[in-house]
Formats: sequence, structure tokens, C-alpha cells
Amino acid sequence: MAKRTIVPIGPYHPLLEEPEFFTLTVEGERVVDIDAQVGYNHRGIEKLSEMKTFDQSVFVIERICGICSTSHPFAFTRAVENVIPMEVPERAKYIRTVIGEGERIHSHLLWLGLAGHFLGYNTVYMWAWKLREEILDVMEILSGNRNNYAMFRPGGVRRDFRSEDIPLVLKKIDSIKPTLEMLHKAVIDDPVLHARTKGVGVLTEEEAIDFCALGPTSRASGVAKDVRKDLPYAAYDRVEWDMIVTHNGDVFDKLIVRILEMFESIKIIEQCLKNLPGGEIDADLKSIPPGEGIGTHEAPRGECFHYVRSDGTNSPARHKVRAPTFMNLPTYKATVVGETISDATIILAAIDPCYCCTERMAVKDTSGKKMYNGQDLIRLSQEKTEKLRKTRNK
Amino acid sequence: MNRTEILSSIKNRFSQSVISVLDKHEDRVYIDIKPESLVEIATYVFKDLGARFNIATGLDTRYLIEILYHFTIDQMNLMISLRVKLQKDKLVIDSLAPVFEGANWIEREMNEMLGIEFRGHPDMRRLLLPDDWPEGVYPLRAEYEEWDENAIRDRGIE
Repeated sequence: MAKRTIVPIGPYHPLLEEPEFFTLTVEGERVVDIDAQVGYNHRGIEKLSEMKTFDQSVFVIERICGICSTSHPFAFTRAVENVIPMEVPERAKYIRTVIGEGERIHSHLLWLGLAGHFLGYNTVYMWAWKLREEILDVMEILSGNRNNYAMFRPGGVRRDFRSEDIPLVLKKIDSIKPTLEMLHKAVIDDPVLHARTKGVGVLTEEEAIDFCALGPTSRASGVAKDVRKDLPYAAYDRVEWDMIVTHNGDVFDKLIVRILEMFESIKIIEQCLKNLPGGEIDADLKSIPPGEGIGTHEAPRGECFHYVRSDGTNSPARHKVRAPTFMNLPTYKATVVGETISDATIILAAIDPCYCCTERMAVKDTSGKKMYNGQDLIRLSQEKTEKLRKTRNK
Repeated sequence: MNRTEILSSIKNRFSQSVISVLDKHEDRVYIDIKPESLVEIATYVFKDLGARFNIATGLDTRYLIEILYHFTIDQMNLMISLRVKLQKDKLVIDSLAPVFEGANWIEREMNEMLGIEFRGHPDMRRLLLPDDWPEGVYPLRAEYEEWDENAIRDRGIE
């Protein structure tokens, strides 16, 4: 038997960019056991949300994650509306759908770029991120922000789309298609990507069900589940689109599912903007009665789940956030074991992990005082630069 | 099976353990069950009805600790939440992690956040809280107010 060695990855690993600690047990090149430790980034958003009013909470949970910055408010506002229960105005539904799908495109492109980077294929990375700028521009035209759109509120949306922006947005979305098509062809044909991703890190259908995996991770394993199709909400049942499902469950399939989903998102955005109905955008919610509600949204990484309990006051009595990575990350136990150590990083990255969504916590001093203000941070950074300069000049 | 058949099958099969059914909305049902029959009912819902386990929500109502296990049956647009109520002096319940892997992490999270003990869980380590967090301090309990002073290390500036 080969000698067993333990290889630590993290908590601050140059590739994974967020703090996470993986302990790989290897025999030679093969991974025989893996364990993960999370919690380096825990921010207590659930507790924080209980101290805010329903309207303020939206802003707090929008900051759970910069990439899924609309998925959490989407699910949360649906949960609050489910407490009553009520329907939002038709125009607000279309606006929500457009924002949600725009986010899916930019998140998938971000992942595609990172996947290319993980594989040492930086051309994919640069193309994908260049394309991502285009979609961020679109989001900026529509909402005023590149991320953290601040568009959602319980009962509707905060801001309307301007009708003069829509032709420009449609033109921009249309111009993304050829580049996306090129990326798609490049990925499908490329022998390097095939060698690195085909048959690597397979998650079977039974395992996907057992681990309760979500989103592209489970759809690549043949589990045809998508909240947008199964429990239709917003405008998803008013437009034509297909659910992308593949059956191999390896990294390549997860890649393909994400790329094809972007085409579907473009279809949804185009149809929504062309058929945008008129009318109110906000139902003007006055008070929220005691009760409980559940809201879900198919975020780019999988289903985002929020549970809200109201006791009749203006802040939630309990707010439970379940990000998709919380269910997807444990699948490493099934996918990484038996693979070589060089493939472990891309397998761990293939679920598109998002640790800030999973962990949700903040640092707060007991006395309630701020530990650092803006001035302190500037001073600290200047001191650090000065220190570095001195050591270099020595 | 359609929606009514599913609900009546749960009610009939586990008539001893179902306390009450709250039919809130056409796609939401809350079922109050006895804690000791949780594994049996959850196994039926997950394996036989083919539901997907969303997540569990643990919450402190000041008198009791409640856990809601949310399951979704996607084909018919139905979300079933199994609710168990635990007395605060006896916070023990059987673990679902041996039945399906998806329950593993959330039980670890509820254990450290609310102090619920899951009997039969394969790996009850801390998930989210730091290693130096004091034992017996549960951040999501209603009576929790401030951090333990000893839990904070030198994070401030002089």
C-alpha cells in the first residue's frame, strides 16, 4: 500500500479566492479521503436580519454575496409575500425576471472564466470576463448598478425600466450572442478542455439526489429539477425557454449546462423586454401579518431558499437563509475521492462554490462601537505600504 | 398521486404521529408531527414520495425549540414542512443524516446555533462557528444577547 499523505488546501488558497480549508488525504497521486472546514467567513446575517425591518432586511441580504446579489432578495421578497399571501403587479414580475436572468448570465460567465483560469487556460478566462463586462453594462443601464442592484422590495420592485433604454438593451444583448456562440464552440471542440474535464469528478444521479444537490450541479447529473419550471413564479411561465439537462455528471457537463443556460437566459430577457406590460410596479405593502412564508428562487448556482416567520411586528421573528452552495459543497465527498490531486481543484470549483453565501456572518464588537472607521482603514493601509517599502529598500 | 392523495396518505399511514395539518396555501402545507416519528415520516416523504429535501429551519419561540423540515415535491408544486416541537430541557432528536446525506450539514449547523442534539449523526463537529467559541453559547437562541467576552481576541486597534 502506498504511503498516505495529507495535503492541505486553504484556508487562503490562491486559486479559490475565498477562505475554505480542504484536507485531502492522498496515496501517491490519488485522493482517498477529503474533508472540508467552512466558517472562516461567517457573518451572522440571519441574526442581523431579525434586528432590521422587512424593508431594511432586503439591503442586508443583498450583501450576503456580491455575485448572487439579486438571488437572495428575490427569494426573500417572495417569502415575505408568501406570509400574506399576495401576488405582485404584472410589470414588477417581468422586471424581476429580467434582473434575475441578467444576473445568471454574468454569474455563469464569471464561473466560466474562473474555470478556464483553474485549468490554466487563460484565453477562456479573458474572453469570458470581457463578455461579462457587456452584460454588466446592460445591468447598469437597467438598474443603475453593476452589482447589488437594489431593485427588490416586498410587494414589487423599487425602480422602473425606462422605455427609452429598452431598444439599446436589446441591441446589446443581441451583440453578446455571437461571442457566446464562439465560446460555446471553442469549449465543445477543444481537446485540452476535453482532456481536463471529461469523465472527471463524476456525480451520479443517485448521489445527486442523496446529497440534495441543486442547480447546474444536479442538472448535469440528469436530475431535471429547476424551480423556475417546477414551481413557476415571476414571469417564468409566461415566456418560452428550455431546461438544460445532461447526464454524465462530470465537470465537462457542468460546463456545458452553464453555457447553454446563458442562451436560455438571453431568450428569457428578450421576450420579457419585448412583452413588458404596463401598470404599477409596487403593490404598496402596508403591514405584514403574523405567519410564516417560504420563498425560493433558482439562483445561478441552484435554488436559493428563504424562510421567514413574522410575529406581526415590522421585523422578521426568524429568517433562515439557505444558499445553494450549502447543499452542493458536500458533494465533494462523492466527486473528489478516487481522482488525482491535480484534478481536485477544478472538481471543487465545478460546483461554483460561493462561501460568503454559505456562511453569512459579520464581525461586531461587544460594546457596539465600530472597530475601524474609514480614517483608520486608510491609515492602516498607509502604514502597511510604508512597512513594505522599507523592507524592500533594505 | 395527486395533492389530496399525498396528504391523506401521510395522514393515514402515520395517524398516530401526525398532530395537525395546516393547509396554508395551494403549494404550502405544514404538518405537525411527534418528534419520535420524524425519521419514519421523513424517510417516507423522501424515498417513497420522491420529494427533495430543501433544508431544515431551527427556531427558538422562547417556550419551545421548533424544527421545520422542508420537502418539495416538484412534479406537483407542493412544499411540505414537517414541524417538530422540542422542550428546551430535552433537546434531543433522531438524526436524518444516515437516511440521506443532504441533512448532514444543516444538522451540524443547528447543533451549534441552537444546541439541539442529533442522535445518530455520523460527524457532529462544528460547521460555522470558530473553534474558540465557548461551549454552551448558542447564537440563535432568543435569550442570547452578546458574545462571550472571552470569545473575542485581539481584533481591535490600540
